[in-house]
Amino acid sequence: MPEAKNKKTATISPSSPPPAALGQADDGSGLTRRSFFSWLSIGWIAFVAATGGFFTMMLRFFFPNVLFEPVQTFRAGIPDDYQVGEVDLRWKAKFATWIVRNDEGIYALSTTCTHLGCTPNWLSAEQKFKCPCHGSGFRKTGINFEGPAPRPLERFRIALADDGQIIIDKTKKYQQEKGQWADPEAFLKV
Amino acid sequence: MAEKKGLLKRLAEGQVWTSIFRGGGVPKSRRQRMMIVLNSVFLHLHPVRLPKHAVKLKFTWCMGGLSFFLFLILTISGILLMFYYRPTIEYAYTDIIDLAEQVPFGIMREIHRWGAHAMVITVWLHMFRVFMTGSYKPPREFNWAIGVILLLLTLLLSFTGYLLPWDQLAIWAIAVGSNMARATPFLGSEGPGAAMLAIGDINFVTVASDVRFALIGGRFLGEATLLRFYVLHCIGLPFIIMIFMAVHFWRIRKDGGISTPV
Repeated sequence: MPEAKNKKTATISPSSPPPAALGQADDGSGLTRRSFFSWLSIGWIAFVAATGGFFTMMLRFFFPNVLFEPVQTFRAGIPDDYQVGEVDLRWKAKFATWIVRNDEGIYALSTTCTHLGCTPNWLSAEQKFKCPCHGSGFRKTGINFEGPAPRPLERFRIALADDGQIIIDKTKKYQQEKGQWADPEAFLKV
Repeated sequence: MAEKKGLLKRLAEGQVWTSIFRGGGVPKSRRQRMMIVLNSVFLHLHPVRLPKHAVKLKFTWCMGGLSFFLFLILTISGILLMFYYRPTIEYAYTDIIDLAEQVPFGIMREIHRWGAHAMVITVWLHMFRVFMTGSYKPPREFNWAIGVILLLLTLLLSFTGYLLPWDQLAIWAIAVGSNMARATPFLGSEGPGAAMLAIGDINFVTVASDVRFALIGGRFLGEATLLRFYVLHCIGLPFIIMIFMAVHFWRIRKDGGISTPV
């Protein structure tokens, strides 16, 4: 049959070069199999390095050097501005800090709930901080006693400046469960 | 003399029509119809032939299709909202009010919001259906994995969109959500293993260098957070989800079409 004959002619032509010839530079360019692979390796290393460098740049790009955030240190007036036994709310909105004075002195409580970061409210009738998000409750000292909060509120560094004003530094935090409330800078004796 | 051709016939045989639609006019055979479908960028997205069971609502619930339909609605309504919404603390909230009260067809914002809720529901139901019909089994196991990524991206789109109205609900939801990122192993400042990434007293994973910082653009929620979430919501995540959707749809066909009732 004529169709079968056509199929037979479709084999590889005998004039194609044997595989051994591929390793030799036969076109005068000096490119051998060996040098091709070393150039290929250099190319790949350069590509991976460039890509890696770019991704490193991308990652670093997301961490700016200057932050336009509110200042973390503030002067909170003189100790006599605060009454013994009171939770003072005047810095709550601006600096997220409660200032509490007891018989011995003054401490600055963070208004950030230790559960998931909402802001609790001071309920003076019940003498507790109550978080509206998930119901965590804290005593006036900051100790947690109800709800899902796993640990007490944090306290900020508090000290007296040369001019007699209270300075509160929010970049330094003191945690009760780590025994840090005993630190002299976590509590201002008055 | 040839008969005078009708207008429609002349159009169908003219250069304009034949240059757009390949395959030689009105299909007269099954093969010709197939060629026309394969040669059109829009038609080829759909299978040339559908098995009867593929359109059985009882089996598929059409939840995958509905999810994609909602994605299209969200894309279109979202682009429209971008003409009015400005992602700054000063304007974000009032622009949303403006959209609802003053802009003609400001219901576009509600469509976007309802559509987003609906898409989360349909994606979950789609996953439920695929699980209950055993359609995750080989050869479709890779497509199931792609589907899990698509679910995650859908939830991330919801999460980033949640902040944009910049109301109390939005801010506290993101306050809670982003605080969870603090607990990421090694990458979060309060996560397990983060303290190990330190040399002496110098911690590498701190409040100002952890994964939460990268997400919200600062140590606290603020202007930078709103902008980051806006860019992720409008450009970043849709870009990624479209790539995964393309793979997902392609794999349905390559894995033997929509799964069959046993």
